[in-house]
Amino acid sequence: MNVRDTAEKCGFEIVAGEEALDRDISGVYCCDLLSFAMGRAPEDCAWITVMGNMNSVAVASLADVACIVLCDGVRPDAEMMKKARQEDIAILCSGVPAFETGKMIFDTI
Amino acid sequence: MTFNYDVPGDDFTRAGEASGDLKKKLKKLGFPSSVIRRVSIALYEGEINMVIHANGGHITADVNTDEINLTLADVGPGIPDIEKAMQDGYSTASDQVRNLGFGAGMGLPNMKRNSDEISIETELGVGTTVRMKILNQ
Ligand SMILES: Nc1ncnc2c1ncn2[C@@H]1O[C@H](COP(=O)(O)OP(=O)(O)OP(=O)(O)O)[C@@H](O)[C@H]1O
Ligand SMILES: [Mg+2]
Repeated sequence: MNVRDTAEKCGFEIVAGEEALDRDISGVYCCDLLSFAMGRAPEDCAWITVMGNMNSVAVASLADVACIVLCDGVRPDAEMMKKARQEDIAILCSGVPAFETGKMIFDTI
Repeated sequence: MTFNYDVPGDDFTRAGEASGDLKKKLKKLGFPSSVIRRVSIALYEGEINMVIHANGGHITADVNTDEINLTLADVGPGIPDIEKAMQDGYSTASDQVRNLGFGAGMGLPNMKRNSDEISIETELGVGTTVRMKILNQ
């Protein structure tokens, strides 16, 4: 399922990346340490993290994930928003913790 | 084709710029996405290490149809024990840097895993040069 429909079904807010919402999500990956995400997040996954800064966007873009999902009510800071616009990376915001967020996505896609 | 990048030290707002730019260039040149992904991951980890651990440095990316050679040279503190540094989970990153999500000690292992050849030359107080080869296959 694509990023837009997944966000809608799970009730996540879309905060960035209008251009990237048609991208299909094929899995879920969960970790806050950037080098773990860089090395282990599969392509086209939804990456769940609480790291709401611009470095997450760089990792998402280079590891080629489908979208970033900020969980636990975390909001992106201004620099993250700016970089997400530059790189065309979709950012979703979820109010619930990582496990619940991941389970919702997993059950939806 | 050779691309050069200066990497500023301690500037997280620009960290990843070189890797991002090379990724776009390789895409335009028509490299397969699997190769681009390996180059991107290997180069980003090396770029970030220069920002965090070595106060910046210089990247040379030599792009050919059959292979991509990356050279990352810095004049930072050097690495006292390369074998240790290559281990999963070994990190000397500061708390400040860890709060941003760095410091898992997975950067060098990621570089090794995503490149076909890697060599590290380092001298304490002089600097570090990392060379990586990624084959287009
Ligand atoms: N260019 C460099 N100059 C000096 N020391 C370095 C350099 N690159 C790596 N190191 C040393 O090697 C250690 C391991 O590097 P590695 O990239 O694997 O982990 P990290 O940078 O600490 O954390 P992570 O990459 O997971 O965010 C570093 O903590 C640092 O001590
Ligand atoms: Mg590192």
